[in-house]
Formats: sequence, structure tokens, C-alpha cells
Amino acid sequence: MKPTTCLIYDGTFKGLLTCVYTVFEEKILVNNILPPGTPQTEMFAENIEVLTDEGKAKRVWKGFIKYATQRGQNAVYYAYLSEIPKIELDILRYMQHTFNCKTSVDGDFTNTHVLKIAQTAKKVGREKHRMEAFVRFQLTKDNIYFSNIEPDFNVLPIIEKHFTSRYSDQQWIIYDLKRNFGLYYDLEKPKIIHINFSENSTLSEEKEHLFDTSEIEFQKLWKKYFEATTIKSRINTRLHKQHMPKRYWRYLSEKNPLHN
Amino acid sequence: MMFDRIKEKLEILADAAKYDVSCSSSGSKRSNKNKGLGNSDGMGICHSYTQDGRCVSLLKILLTNHCIFDCAYCVTRQSNDIKRAAFKVQEVVDLTINFYRRNYIEGLFLSSGIFKDADFTMERLIRVAKKLRLEENFNGYIHLKSIPGASDELMREAGLYADRLSVNIEIPTVSGLKKLAPEKNHSDFIKPMNKVKNEIIQYNSEKKLIKSTPKYAPAGQSTQMIVGASGESDREIMLSANYYYKNYNMKRVYYSGYVPISNDPRLPSLGSQVPMLRENRLYQTDWLMRFYGFNVNELLNQQFPNLDVEIDPKLSWALRNQHQFPVDVNSAEKEMLLRIPGVGLKSAHKILQARRFRKLNYDHLKAIGVALNRARYFIICDSRGWETRDLGPAKIKSLILRNSIGKFRKDYSSQLSLF
Repeated sequence: MKPTTCLIYDGTFKGLLTCVYTVFEEKILVNNILPPGTPQTEMFAENIEVLTDEGKAKRVWKGFIKYATQRGQNAVYYAYLSEIPKIELDILRYMQHTFNCKTSVDGDFTNTHVLKIAQTAKKVGREKHRMEAFVRFQLTKDNIYFSNIEPDFNVLPIIEKHFTSRYSDQQWIIYDLKRNFGLYYDLEKPKIIHINFSENSTLSEEKEHLFDTSEIEFQKLWKKYFEATTIKSRINTRLHKQHMPKRYWRYLSEKNPLHN
Repeated sequence: MMFDRIKEKLEILADAAKYDVSCSSSGSKRSNKNKGLGNSDGMGICHSYTQDGRCVSLLKILLTNHCIFDCAYCVTRQSNDIKRAAFKVQEVVDLTINFYRRNYIEGLFLSSGIFKDADFTMERLIRVAKKLRLEENFNGYIHLKSIPGASDELMREAGLYADRLSVNIEIPTVSGLKKLAPEKNHSDFIKPMNKVKNEIIQYNSEKKLIKSTPKYAPAGQSTQMIVGASGESDREIMLSANYYYKNYNMKRVYYSGYVPISNDPRLPSLGSQVPMLRENRLYQTDWLMRFYGFNVNELLNQQFPNLDVEIDPKLSWALRNQHQFPVDVNSAEKEMLLRIPGVGLKSAHKILQARRFRKLNYDHLKAIGVALNRARYFIICDSRGWETRDLGPAKIKSLILRNSIGKFRKDYSSQLSLF
């Protein structure tokens, strides 16, 4: 039986590209690439820890973009952001396929890896678009527009540009509670921040203390608008939920039953 | 802000504006200059969805629901006994800005009942848009209603601040309009439409010579027709839509199933069903005309004045034109791929790309996203066992209906419910 090899990287995109480099350099037969802390299922796999090397990562990317179209490049990066288990292996295969063909392969939909990358990128793109739509800012007393999100995929890095160009004259924070980091835009440029929320920060008293006095009024106005604009004789709950899945409702003020 | 008073007005004036279907915020690029507020990058965003499943992209309100007209199909008609209200210009501006800053909306859709006269009303609408653009440095999306009968000067000004302008034709036929809105003149609708069309053409040609030419209604014009209020056929509706697409360069024509709002004997009575399935089929036809290269006469003509409710219009066309099939997906032109039932724009595009690498078979097509339950009767591919039986249209239709589920099936399945 051939020993199988499993690469462990640090979870960054550069780390993943370093893995691709390592596979080429050392001609390893890899059957998995894992981010740190993933439980191992294969008993006889040999684990190699790959140290992220910026130089190697750059070489791989440079070689890749020589052949890949803009769409293919985006697809690979978006797929990486999906954090879907085993997507790293598909990315490796996609890149190997590109280097073998010496041309862009993003239209080769009959190749399972290409199709998988394209479909995953599509999912991440959809989540990006949803976050651009479903972020609800609340104005704090410090005059910062604040929003919490819990996206399915790690889309914060790719929504940064949208929010920076749209809200360039107001301070804002978008915080990913699931991954515990956020973006703070200070009227100059967005920075990555980490916040330690105190455990009782969900209490309503603390909220009142935090937010501007007009904030709750605007949320109520928005909810009123949302209700008034519904046509009762056309109610279609299935369609409603299809467009706005329930898992997002927590952060949508118009779906908050408390504001009436 | 006087929140209680605003809330009351918002309720009345959003409720009255909701029958306008358009909520599109796409098609206009406005970049954020000098750290102003907002941008539009050409892609619309639906920030929420109402319980009826419609997109909420814009703050869609009337400036006022006072109206001097008495059109039978309209909730704000003069003779209707409802609460009336009016927003001040500044109130609309404040609401828009505060909603926008919280990422609730892409912009404003402002319409109005007609008070005093057309120009007076139009002038007010323009004042809101102007204030948003010039005083608030707002680069979000603005959709203004063109008030029928408004003067050319005002329509010119409106386009300088708005991204989109629209006049709702409402009743697809001139005779229907006479019956339901006797005070309104068909030519009053056409006049602002024509002016905006000509201005867009002129601005675009100037833009080619002088780069600093300001934008004029960059997202174009749209209109809306009520379906099922005045007894017109699908063919009449689509011919009318086609006319507006061709002659007024409409970006969109919207179809709105009539929601019964009064006991007027000229209209469907209160409590009758909103024709949602019919509306859906009309939109499908609209898409086939705009993106799939179909001519309206292929889909609807004197022999087929109404669409088949059971199956989509493309399938219905394919069943009537079986001599054009089967199509070989590995060699057919894009135009023909688009005509295969079950193949959409995205699938057609993927087929074109993927078949350069190898010949496609059923499994490939399925993975790509082709709806094989419909497509299989109309294609040849790199698999054995394609459909070789010589099936007639009726047989294919019943096979497809039997092997699929439709969301509207319950609305028309009198026959199927026997089983």
C-alpha cells in the first residue's frame, strides 16, 4: 500500500499556496491538505507540516496568473474563503490542471475539480452579496455605525471594498462574530480589529447605553416600512424564506419581533 | 425628527406605493467622489424581501396620496375613502439618508399622487432628488416617476438627478384605458416617455464627444402594466410591451397582476385571485424576448393568443416547432442552444465553454445544471440512449408534467387531482 501524505498548513491563503509549491518541489502524492486543528481521520497518513513562505507563495501565484483568467483567479480565492472541508485539495488539483494544460481551465466544467471550484466560488459570491445586503448598521453614541455578522463563509475580506467606497464619510465597524474579527473604518481606511465582548453585552440596558437615542426610532421606522410595503393578498412565505433564509433573521431589524 | 408623525405618514404612503412593482436598483454607475455618501456600481442589491417574496431595494414611497384623478384601478383614486397624507421635501431627504447610512436601502423610489397639476407635482419630486444630490452629496440610486403630462423642461431636469425615470402605462390597451381612466389621455403618458428617450439619446451622443457631459437617467426608463384588469389577451400585453421596448428603449416593462381593491363593476371583484401564474408566464415571455432571441410573434400569435399555463412558454414553443429539434449540444450555435427547453443562459454559456475541452454527455450536462427532465426530449449528446422514440407534442408534454413538480401546479391541476 502506498503511504498517503497529508499536508498541514496555517490556514492562510499564502500557506495554501506554499503547500502547492511544496507538492511540486518535492513531487509528493498528496491526498489531503488541512488547516490547523482539524481532527485526523486517516490512520496511516504521513503528516507534513508546511511552513508558510511568502516567496514560495508568490512564485506559485505568479505562475498561476500567467495562465488563469481573472475569473479563474477569483474563483480559486473565493473557494479558499469558503473554508469548506477538503476544498484545499480541489484548489491544488485545479492549479495542477492549469499548469499541466498551460492555459486557463476555468471553462472546463466537465473536470470535477474545476466544476467544484466554480460552484463553491458561486456560493461564496452569493454570501458576499448577501452580506452587502443584510448588514444592518446601528449608530452608537460614539458616532460609529456598528454591525454584527455571522456569515457562512469568510467573506469579510471581499466585502471590504464595497463598504469602504459606499460609506466613505462615516465611521463603521462590521464584526464577524463567528470568526472573531472585524473591520473598522476610521474615515481613512479599514483596519482589522478584535473585540472582547463582555458576556452580558446582549442585555438591553447595556444596548441602550451603547446606541444613539434615535437609533431605535429608525429601526422602528424601517420595520413599519417593511410591513406597510407587503401586499397581503400575495403572501408567499416560501419565497420569502428562500430569498431571506431564517439564519440571517437574527441581525435583521425588520424581522425583530421586539420593535413594534 | 418627529418620529410618531413620520411613522404614521410612512405607513400610509408606503402602503400606497407598494403596487409599483419595480424595485430595481441596477444599471447605473455612480462612483463616490470626494468622500461623499454612497455609490452605485451597476449591480442592484436587494436589502430585504417582503413576506410576499418581493425584493426591497429602495425606499418606495409616495410624496403624497392626494390625487385629482379617479382611475378605477388605483387605490389613491380621488373617490376612494382612505387616509391621506403628504411628506415634506426635507422629511423624505432625512428618511432616505438615515436608511441609507444604516444599509437598509440602495436609494429612493419616489412617486406621487397628482395634486394641483402635473408640473406642480413633478417639480416637487425633482426638488427631493436635487436636494439629495447637491446638498447631501448622495450617490445612491434615485428612481423618479415621470408624471403624465409633465412639461419637457421638467423632464429634462429630472433626468439630471435621477438614475431612472418611469411612467406606468398601467392599462395595456388604449380602449381599456378609456374605460378605466376616462380622464387620462394616452398621449399624456407618451409625452414624458418620448422626451426622456430623446434626451438619453442626445446625452449619450454628446458624451462621446465631451467626457464631462453630466449623466442623464443612466439606468434608463421603465414602465408597468396591470395584468387582468381589463380583459386583454397575453398577446395584446406582450405586443404592447414589445412596442415600448422597441420604440422607447425601455430598460424594463413590469407586469403586475391586478390586486382587487374596489367593488367597481368594470373590474374583477374584491376577493378574486391575483393572477400570479399568468404574471409569471408573462415575465418568462419577456425574458425570452430580451435575452433568448425570441421574436414576440413566435411565442404569441393569432393561433396562440394566450400562453399555456401548464408549461413555460419556451417549452410550449418547442412543442409547436418540433421540426427544429433534436439539437446536438456539442455542435449547435449559441442561438439554438438557448432555444432548448431546460437550458438557460448560464447553462448555455457553460456548455459553450466546456465542450471545447471534450464532448459532453448526459452526466456532464446534469452536473452543469441543465434541466434534463425537459431538455432530454430535444437534444442529442455524447451519450447513447438519447430519446429515439417518435413522441408527439402531447405525449412529451404529459411525460414532462408527470416527471416534474411545479410550484403553481395546484392552481390549475383540476385534471391531475383526480388521481
